[in-house]
Amino acid sequence: MSSSEITLSCRQLWKVYGDEALKRFDTRALPEAAERVDEVATSVSAAGGIVACGDINLDIKRGEFFVLMGLSGSGKSTLMRCMSRLTEPTAGQLTLDGKDFLSASTRQLRDIRRTKMGMVFQHFGLFPHMSVLDNVAFPLRVQNIPEKDRLDKAREMIQLVGLEGREDAFPDQLSGGQKQRVGIARSLAVDPELWFLDEPFSALDPLIRWQMQSELLRLQTRFKKTIVFVTHDFMEAVRLADRIAIMKDGRVVQIGTPEEIVLAPADAYVAEFVKEAPRTRIIKVKQLMEAVSPKDTSAAGLTGEGVTTDMTLEEALSWSAGRGQSLPVHDSEGRTVGVITPERLASVLNSQQLGQ
Amino acid sequence: MNTGNPLNNPSLAVWLVLVGVAALIPFVASQWPWLISYPISWVVPLADWINALMENLTLAIKPVTRIISAALEWPMLALRDTLQWLPWPVTVLAVVLLALHAAGPRLAILCCVALLFIAVSGYWRQAMNTMALVGIAVPLSLLIGLIVGIAAQRTRLGARIVPPLLDLMQTMPTFAYLVPLLVIFGFGPVVGLIASAIYACPPMVRNVHLGLTRVPGEMIEASRISGSSSYQQLFWVELPAAMAQIRVGINQTIMAALSMVIIASVIGGFDDIGWEVLNTMRKARFGESLLAGSVIVLIAVVMDRISSAYATSATTRWQPLTRRRNQWVALGLLVALTLLFKMTPFDTAIVTPDWTRTVTQFLDTRLENAVISMGDQLTAIKNNIFFYYLLPVRIGFTQAILPFTWGFEFTGNMQLVYKVTVLALAVVLLLRQRWRLAVAALMVSYLLFYGLTASSWVVVGGAITVLAWQLGGARVGLFALCSLLFILVTGMWERAMLSLYLCGAATIIAFSIGSVLGVWASASDRVSSVIRPVSDTFQTIPLFVFLIPVLMFFQVGEFTALLAIVAYAFVPAVRYTESGLRQVSPQLVEVAVEQGCTPWQLFWQVRLPLAMPSILVGLNQTIMYAFAMLVIAALVGTTGLGQQIFLALSAADTGLGVIAGLSMALLAMIADRILQSYANKRFKRATVTE
Repeated sequence: MSSSEITLSCRQLWKVYGDEALKRFDTRALPEAAERVDEVATSVSAAGGIVACGDINLDIKRGEFFVLMGLSGSGKSTLMRCMSRLTEPTAGQLTLDGKDFLSASTRQLRDIRRTKMGMVFQHFGLFPHMSVLDNVAFPLRVQNIPEKDRLDKAREMIQLVGLEGREDAFPDQLSGGQKQRVGIARSLAVDPELWFLDEPFSALDPLIRWQMQSELLRLQTRFKKTIVFVTHDFMEAVRLADRIAIMKDGRVVQIGTPEEIVLAPADAYVAEFVKEAPRTRIIKVKQLMEAVSPKDTSAAGLTGEGVTTDMTLEEALSWSAGRGQSLPVHDSEGRTVGVITPERLASVLNSQQLGQ
Repeated sequence: MNTGNPLNNPSLAVWLVLVGVAALIPFVASQWPWLISYPISWVVPLADWINALMENLTLAIKPVTRIISAALEWPMLALRDTLQWLPWPVTVLAVVLLALHAAGPRLAILCCVALLFIAVSGYWRQAMNTMALVGIAVPLSLLIGLIVGIAAQRTRLGARIVPPLLDLMQTMPTFAYLVPLLVIFGFGPVVGLIASAIYACPPMVRNVHLGLTRVPGEMIEASRISGSSSYQQLFWVELPAAMAQIRVGINQTIMAALSMVIIASVIGGFDDIGWEVLNTMRKARFGESLLAGSVIVLIAVVMDRISSAYATSATTRWQPLTRRRNQWVALGLLVALTLLFKMTPFDTAIVTPDWTRTVTQFLDTRLENAVISMGDQLTAIKNNIFFYYLLPVRIGFTQAILPFTWGFEFTGNMQLVYKVTVLALAVVLLLRQRWRLAVAALMVSYLLFYGLTASSWVVVGGAITVLAWQLGGARVGLFALCSLLFILVTGMWERAMLSLYLCGAATIIAFSIGSVLGVWASASDRVSSVIRPVSDTFQTIPLFVFLIPVLMFFQVGEFTALLAIVAYAFVPAVRYTESGLRQVSPQLVEVAVEQGCTPWQLFWQVRLPLAMPSILVGLNQTIMYAFAMLVIAALVGTTGLGQQIFLALSAADTGLGVIAGLSMALLAMIADRILQSYANKRFKRATVTE
């Protein structure tokens, strides 16, 4: 992975809360404590403090949809806030676009936020005294962009999230889903490279949540932002993410694509989430097929129609239903790259055998 | 607590030591008289030191004070002249339009009637002079309040010093503000102006601070992630988001400023409405002072209703006047009307009708006759309460019981019987494990025997300290001890006891009346709908006005002061008792009814205990109100700290004023701390059992 592909990287990042606890530690020595995170956490909590993030190491790639997943109190929101320096990390390194982000001055930080960052909040964080239009135009207003330009841009954003006609409404006149659309429009107004979403759909009804997730995916295929998305809902994470980092007690337990996590949970904690997940909708054909070199395919009689590598098992199953024979697997360019048997497809339905 | 042996219970042991000391003191008093009254020769001359300091300070900052004085006086006089120059129908119309915009036709009609009354009362000029003071004091106060409030919320230093400062300012008697200002700025209306601006800013500070603290974190983060500078964040996001709370502060600040402007009129020299009340009251022309008093009440009501309408949500606005075009039309109308009056002979024709003089004279004579005809009954009421209630609390049974009032003498044998009865009662209570009641009985009977002012300072101070310690914890106990020592060594003890006695006597009456009314109002919506507007109005009336009717009927004296205090201080008791009882969860009431509680049991065993935290807050507020009124009541002849402050005011004696004022503030703060920490404990317990 070359460094230009990486937007944001955390190295040995720590966030410790508790004045009393902070007095007892030399915070500069924390990065060296990577091997002793549990030990530090115990003594911090003995002093009435808490390790919200302990020795976090991760890289977020350009254009990637990165999800931080964990239960409440796992430190995922704190980690996200450290990434934007809404919360100052206690120790460690943070690199944004290859530059040391933690040493950025107040003015530099302000400029970076004005042009490169956008954020969506769980409870929307809308300004109650401003209309929808003014809310969306706010990030442009702080940059002193002329009124006409910023309102034009804001109208464009409002249209993008499908709220045209509600420009003059005030936040208290909107439903939860509409409020979050305003929040999304506002966070996109400056066309940020890095887009933070803090449990944006948690406060919404399940049906609206599903709808908003679809819209988010639609926006992402169009804009290709670098997204950091926080959620406590594993299904949401699996549906949206390119990669997921699962957090527990301020530590990252596992990082991987949804399939990797489902197929090989790192520990019992992760396995507990995975158990609930419908594997057939997550695992792709690619993971289960037997690779066959293209020249062997005709020898094996694998011709004609088949499944593709990026189909989910659910799709492959419905496709194979009634055919009762081995199916050829094609890649995105239509070449036959493997074979999959109905037995193997069916075996996945038995969860016990997964990942072994 | 669980055993009768006092040695196992340190709280009881401390009390028993105190009782022992109290019992011993009479025997050694002849040798050591300092045990009873603190000797004058031991007094630290703090007042003189302050005066010396002030003298130097005043000289040193003279150039600065001159500039401030001029900077404030000029706009105030300009505003006064403008208000006087405007034909009164224009002013009335302007206020009516404002009321219309704020809350619609109903309020507009009320304001119209109120202002017309002021116009025909013949006190228009004085009312406008008062408004000129308020008009400059309020913006000044709001500005100070805004800045201090922001500083308190944003800076570490502000967060540390502002809250205790506010506590002190709130309990510091109003007159005490005036004394040092008077010394620094010299006699004149500017003193009243500055005093009002300072006195009125704490509510603004509190509400700005509260509003900013309550801005949701996500909203602030949203502004930060957008790259706001701290200026943009404060003025574009935080202050607008806190505006609802800040408007409440504006309303309270306006009312406080008006109240203080009226009080500051004792300095005199500005021909304002407060001065008019004071002046006519001194000359015993009650018809006029009643009329001027009603003018004050009406000004207060109009200002309160309009500003509190603006403080509530925008939905109450009268739609036609929210349109820009109509607002211009309204403004144009006012200008046109002004020109019309000024350019035609109409202007001079609009003068006060002559018949108001006749009305006041008629009122004067009628009132005088009424007071004379009821004279005997009034004197009887006054004497009964004075001799059988006030005097025993003040100087004790030993001195208060005299043949010509009580009809007998408190002889040695009787005293012995009294002592033995009390002792027996205490022993019985102790044996029944009710040691708190036993101690209370002993203490109360001791105080009634000698009287609050004639009791030994050792016993009274000790009792207050121990009470503070046991109800409020070690810190409150220490605070009480230090405060009492301050009062003692500065020579204010006797005065403080006189204040404490009057305040205590008034609090008992005010709280009894208030809580009974509150219980009644909580049980009946009809009663509540009558009591609520009355108590709302009582709250907005400047303290001063309460003196007029009581003075009219009962002349100068402590009883009059008592009535004035009770009239002002019973309101919070009503309010908090009612709201506490009404807020008891209906679920719990249902459970109780389900289990077969009688209404009587329901009240005493379920609703009252649950409402107790709120009722205690009401008691606390009653005491604070009583202290506030106590100082004003010095005008009608009380002898405590209030009188000292008043004396200091007329002699421009800063040292005396500051020390007496501080002593009073400390007494109020002791009461406040004790009740607050006790209520907190109770409140915690109440929520745990829920």
